[in-house]
Amino acid sequence: MTDILIHALLTILMPPLLIGVIGKTKAAFAGRVGAPYLQLYYDLAKLIRKGSVFSDTTTWLFRAGPVITLAATLVAALLIPLGNHLSPISFAGDMILFAYLFALGRFFTTTAALDTGSSFEGMGAAREATFACLAEPTLFFTLMTLSRLSGSLSLSPMLTSLSPALWISSGASLLLLVGGMFIVLLVENCRIPFDDPTTHLELTMIHEVMVLDHSGPAFAYILYGAALKLFVLGAFFIQVALPLKTGNALLDWGIFIVSMLGLAVTIGIVESIMARLRLVRIPQLLVAACILSAFSMLLILR
Amino acid sequence: MVFAAGEIFDPAILVITGLILTGLSGVPGLFLKKGAAVGQKLTTALAVFGALCGLTGASVTLASGGIETFSINWSLPFGPCEIGIDPLAALFLLPIFLLSGCCAVYANGYWPAAKHPATSRTLGFFLGLLASSMALLIIARNSVFFLMAWEIMALSAYFAFTVENEQPEVRKAGMLYLVCTHAGTMALFVMFILLRNMTGSFQLAPAAALSPLTPGAAVIFFAAIFGFGMKAGLMPFHIWLPAAHANGPSHVSAMMSGVMLKMGIYGIVRVISLFSPLPLWWGIVLLGLGIVSGVAGIACAIGQNDLKRLLAYSSIENIGIITMGIGVACIGQSVGNQPLVLLGMGGALLHILNHSLFKSLLFLGSGALIHAAGSRELNLMGGLARLMPGTALLFLTGAVAICGLPPLNGFVSEYLIYFGIFSGIKAAAAPIVLCLVLAAIALALIGSLALSCFVKLFGVAFLGLPRSAAAGQAHEASRLMLAPMGLLGLCCLAVGLLPQFAAKLVQPAVIAVFPSLVASGSSIASTAPLHWLGAVGAGLLIAAAFLAAGYQRRLKAAPRAAAPTWGCGYLQPSARVQYSATSFAATLVHLFRGVLQPRYALAKPTGMFPVAARFSSRIPETVLESVVLPFLRVTGILFSFLRRVQHGEPSLYVLYIFITLALLLAWAH
Repeated sequence: MTDILIHALLTILMPPLLIGVIGKTKAAFAGRVGAPYLQLYYDLAKLIRKGSVFSDTTTWLFRAGPVITLAATLVAALLIPLGNHLSPISFAGDMILFAYLFALGRFFTTTAALDTGSSFEGMGAAREATFACLAEPTLFFTLMTLSRLSGSLSLSPMLTSLSPALWISSGASLLLLVGGMFIVLLVENCRIPFDDPTTHLELTMIHEVMVLDHSGPAFAYILYGAALKLFVLGAFFIQVALPLKTGNALLDWGIFIVSMLGLAVTIGIVESIMARLRLVRIPQLLVAACILSAFSMLLILR
Repeated sequence: MVFAAGEIFDPAILVITGLILTGLSGVPGLFLKKGAAVGQKLTTALAVFGALCGLTGASVTLASGGIETFSINWSLPFGPCEIGIDPLAALFLLPIFLLSGCCAVYANGYWPAAKHPATSRTLGFFLGLLASSMALLIIARNSVFFLMAWEIMALSAYFAFTVENEQPEVRKAGMLYLVCTHAGTMALFVMFILLRNMTGSFQLAPAAALSPLTPGAAVIFFAAIFGFGMKAGLMPFHIWLPAAHANGPSHVSAMMSGVMLKMGIYGIVRVISLFSPLPLWWGIVLLGLGIVSGVAGIACAIGQNDLKRLLAYSSIENIGIITMGIGVACIGQSVGNQPLVLLGMGGALLHILNHSLFKSLLFLGSGALIHAAGSRELNLMGGLARLMPGTALLFLTGAVAICGLPPLNGFVSEYLIYFGIFSGIKAAAAPIVLCLVLAAIALALIGSLALSCFVKLFGVAFLGLPRSAAAGQAHEASRLMLAPMGLLGLCCLAVGLLPQFAAKLVQPAVIAVFPSLVASGSSIASTAPLHWLGAVGAGLLIAAAFLAAGYQRRLKAAPRAAAPTWGCGYLQPSARVQYSATSFAATLVHLFRGVLQPRYALAKPTGMFPVAARFSSRIPETVLESVVLPFLRVTGILFSFLRRVQHGEPSLYVLYIFITLALLLAWAH
């Protein structure tokens, strides 16, 4: 019971902190002080109270988009185990539901973007839809490899059964898997090298340009949803990359929180040392990630 | 016929009554030339009543899991004409009757007799005949009777979709369809003759009765794939599908795509069920064909700008998914992996039901769109959601369902197939695992490509600003058109939220195909936790409702304003800056250019002063234009020497008859 409570509290409260840590890391690399760690919390509180401006081209779909995306991400957060603790909802085959909940969110985000009748949002929607096609196979290769390694079809047993001993025995395969999964993490959360979250040039954006016309509470939903998606996919990544487990429940939560913050610092470092790739290179990198995870699957099959 | 007088509500009798009523539904309309509107209403009433009878009969058969056979006394020398309704047949009867009723009601709003006096009677007659011939071939258990019903189905579909045959495009599509369906029927002739040689009679053998090691079994398998695959639209036999679906009236396309394609799948499943134990390569061939149809089908769909051609290629993709499920089940049957068989076949059969629901919903919606916007071209639509809110909501339901997104029905059948594949990967040996891994990756790729395709379709047609004057003056579809769409949308939602009941419907049909599953005692609902899917789906809807309520409260509390869309400071925004269907799909078309072979024509402006320029892009039907037509042209040239026989002199024709008679008399002796 306390596990479910802590799971819910972490899921609801921690995501904006990750964004703050990424910002502080990038500021450290640039020699700046940077925004406070809690900046996204202040932004969300401000946006919830703000008024909204709606484009007169939009319909009810524009207002429904952020709501449905956030609902889908919240339900996905209930399926993922955090640390060494099982998730509140767990059943065989829930990893398929996990992947398709993000697809549901993507459908409504892109549709809401096309609702504005703007060429910028259309461009963002077209890019997002294209790159998602190339990232899905990598995610499924990862799920298949993990399923075969753990012998389970549910996310919770699959991820909590990984251990440092498994790294020693199938290290090569898991290394390739982690490489592919990190690239998927970056592309699904619109980070450099796929998309620059701090750019102000519309023609270079993918995700930010899709939400250009949202304002007020809807924009708060969108920002929070993006942070939550980073949290959920980051938790998935951390359990594969750093499967450290002690028997103590409290210590496991602590290890989880520290690893998530470490992941945020890593993403901040990657964003600071690389530039965004040219758009023609992005499909090539995604296919490379797919090949990496395919090889990890092949190594398991031997 | 063997039945007691008190069994008038016997489910099989209900099905046959429904069949006869649907078949005769168009006949009164043919005689009422002056009162065509009355004729159409009579047709609709008969068709709906027949559909209700048939649906009741089929559902009761599925619920009870029983088998009933009748024998008709005919004087043809092909053995007794048996008809039988078993759970597999009942499962395929459900979409036939549901859609025939829905399309009959839809026709009143879409093709009213007042506006189309000449064609509405023909259309009503042939649609009724189409539905009843499909039901007849499902319950037929004699090969010759099956072929008769098959031919009636093929011809009534031809006459139904070529009602507007003053247009050359429609005529071309009709001719292509006729050639392809008869090529398939010839393969079916071969198949049934070989089956008769194997079993000794024209009766359909019981399940798992034949051995695939007898000589000729492989030929039967390939003939079945060619003949039934041609009807189902498996690649590379799909060449007639896009043209036929695009050029007919929308409710005919809904019947063809929603039900007629499944008749091909029915044939393949029946032929598979006759043989036991299944060779491994049969399953691998089916899986391979399914993967090719799925991936290439949706890749072709993404490049289309014609609304109905896009939906037609998407049907090819879904037939690919169904065939993948059947292939996975056959592979499982060969290696003895029970969950693989159960879930692969269960997922495929449920996807048949689901596809007929959401694809017909989409085609009926496309009829409303074309009626409102005046053309099938996506790049001329836009902003129709404001003018047609009901159609937009129902079309959105269909689009979300076809992408396989929770909480609707498309996700349930794809989940079952994925679950089967994943349990196979977890447990099986290496060579099978490679096939299954490929299947899962193909399914993932198909799902994400379908998402891009339907976001493009819905976004360009319904959202944004109108791209042409006609789209700006559209009006909402009539209630007679919205009601059947609403019913189909509700069915999609029901199957998505209550998947365990859908699994209970499909379970007896799976057992009818693979009777060896009875011994294991497991069911779909016990192997895959479907009640969780329904629960999470309901939870998703509740969470969305809560967040929406919270959002509404915040909106009321804070000021709201309206403004034009952010245009980066441009002073003259226009509808033409929006992303069109072509531009949305451009990157994906470029990535798949090997399969799609897009042709671009660019007339560049020359000189120093601004002049007009033209750009056009076209995605041809690759298999037809690059493979089949050149092959036929070369064959025609090679055999042109035979044309000397057709010289037009009647005296020499009489000489041919005399020579043939002489040869036959000599042979008879």
